[in-house]
Amino acid sequence: MSTQAAFSAALLDPQRPCPEGVFSANGADPASRFAVYRNNVQSSLINALADSYPVVTQLVGDEFFRAMTGLYVQSCPPQSPLINDYGKDFAEFIDNFEPAASVPYLADVARLERLRVQAYHAADAQPLGHEQIAAVLSDPQALSELTLGLHPSLNLLTSAFAVVAIWAAHQQDATLAGIDLGHGQNALVLRNELEVEVFAIDHGARIFIQNLRLGQPLSQALENAPAFDLSQTLALLISHNAITHLHHNQVSP
Amino acid sequence: MNHSFSGLPPRSGLGLKTEHFREVLGAQPDIGFFEVHAENYMVAGGPFHHFLGLIRKQYPLSLHGVGLSIGAEGPLDGQHLQRLAALIERYQPHSFSEHLAWSSHGPVFLNDLLPLAYDAPTLNRVCEHIDQVQNTLKRPMLLENPATYLAFQNSTIDEADFIGEVIHRTGCGLLLDVNNVYVSCTNHQKDPLAYIDALPLHAVGEIHLAGFAEDTDSLGDRLLIDDHGAPVDNAVWALYSQVLERVGPIATLIERDNRLPAFSVLHAEARHADELLHRAGSRP
Repeated sequence: MSTQAAFSAALLDPQRPCPEGVFSANGADPASRFAVYRNNVQSSLINALADSYPVVTQLVGDEFFRAMTGLYVQSCPPQSPLINDYGKDFAEFIDNFEPAASVPYLADVARLERLRVQAYHAADAQPLGHEQIAAVLSDPQALSELTLGLHPSLNLLTSAFAVVAIWAAHQQDATLAGIDLGHGQNALVLRNELEVEVFAIDHGARIFIQNLRLGQPLSQALENAPAFDLSQTLALLISHNAITHLHHNQVSP
Repeated sequence: MNHSFSGLPPRSGLGLKTEHFREVLGAQPDIGFFEVHAENYMVAGGPFHHFLGLIRKQYPLSLHGVGLSIGAEGPLDGQHLQRLAALIERYQPHSFSEHLAWSSHGPVFLNDLLPLAYDAPTLNRVCEHIDQVQNTLKRPMLLENPATYLAFQNSTIDEADFIGEVIHRTGCGLLLDVNNVYVSCTNHQKDPLAYIDALPLHAVGEIHLAGFAEDTDSLGDRLLIDDHGAPVDNAVWALYSQVLERVGPIATLIERDNRLPAFSVLHAEARHADELLHRAGSRP
């Protein structure tokens, strides 16, 4: 094994001894010095995850979170120097993490927090002006073949749990009292100017927005979705600056 | 002094923290420059680019990489180098710097600046990597001396001599981290001023100052940890004054990444560095 291979393996696995070939000038046990590096690696990655998953941290407590992420760091160390991206498969790790099974919604809260991080750093795009959108939507003839471009930060999450309510409660007093935890919710996540926003939307609205993201024209996206309040959904997208393009066969505003 | 290694003004600067974006833009404090970690800005869009773009219009910028892994046994990550080139194109920083360390092994990124054995193969490899960086970025880079906690039995070259040889061969400049000098020399029982005098001081393009944490090793001896989580220590300020006597006024960053205090606390440290820089500049 090369020097760096041995060093790397021992950094990630606390069961391994300090690598050979290293020493301390004062004769101290090199393991006591190597521990500084091991701690830097572990704690910096755990801290990065704590920054990305503040509600997951609150839900399980700091001590549990650090123990859980310590194991995650060992089994899934970063594969890129872009630490903003680290933790993309953290929710799947939580799914299979037996000691967290008593918090069944934990993985979905992690998924929601990952979408928030992604939305925060997603590409910029200029939203269409509200008047511009109103002008296009006021022509019923044009609507059927109209396709909507949505902001690159926009994403959706479907959960069997009240994931939006749980997340929102932790922006305030962190109490889950009064929340029907098992009431499934659909989350809409987007960045509106500089702020990431999270909304709970209907099942039908989620399918409709998903259809739009797949490039279906407005009429088709509507037909392919179960009943929902179209005007409320469009109003939500417009008022939160989520529509960046309107394309029509003839007209391209 | 030779300032061709960096276009930064001979003033004190601060690390730009996201927590201080709005305060900096609102108050427009008198700061010589700001420094950012390149990897934090390798994102598509959003607030980081929004604020850095606005702040860059008003202040000189230093781009400081923490993920290139110049000392790695394997090849440099070409994709990462391209991301750096794109960031430099976008923000036109006055300086680009990286570390004499490694942080990736194979596909795994370890998120720490790890120590190197100083021998001939490492020297050749580091020089090849720096050549590749400078050719790709089409500009000289600054190389930062590391803070280390261990030494390698198969090291055959003193760290300062190793750095001198890298700078001689590649033409890169030196980012002299005075806190790292103090931390390493304490941990390895060396004289920090002798270490500094062994460095190629003509090539210093920027200076870093930071605080350290203090621990003890298995013998109960002082073990200093470069954690950027405390004010600059008095011993480091004293060493910095001795450095300025040797190199004259050079752009100096106050680094603080952990236990972040209010902006005003960092600004006060920057003002202290500015006073010392001013004194160094007016010395006959």
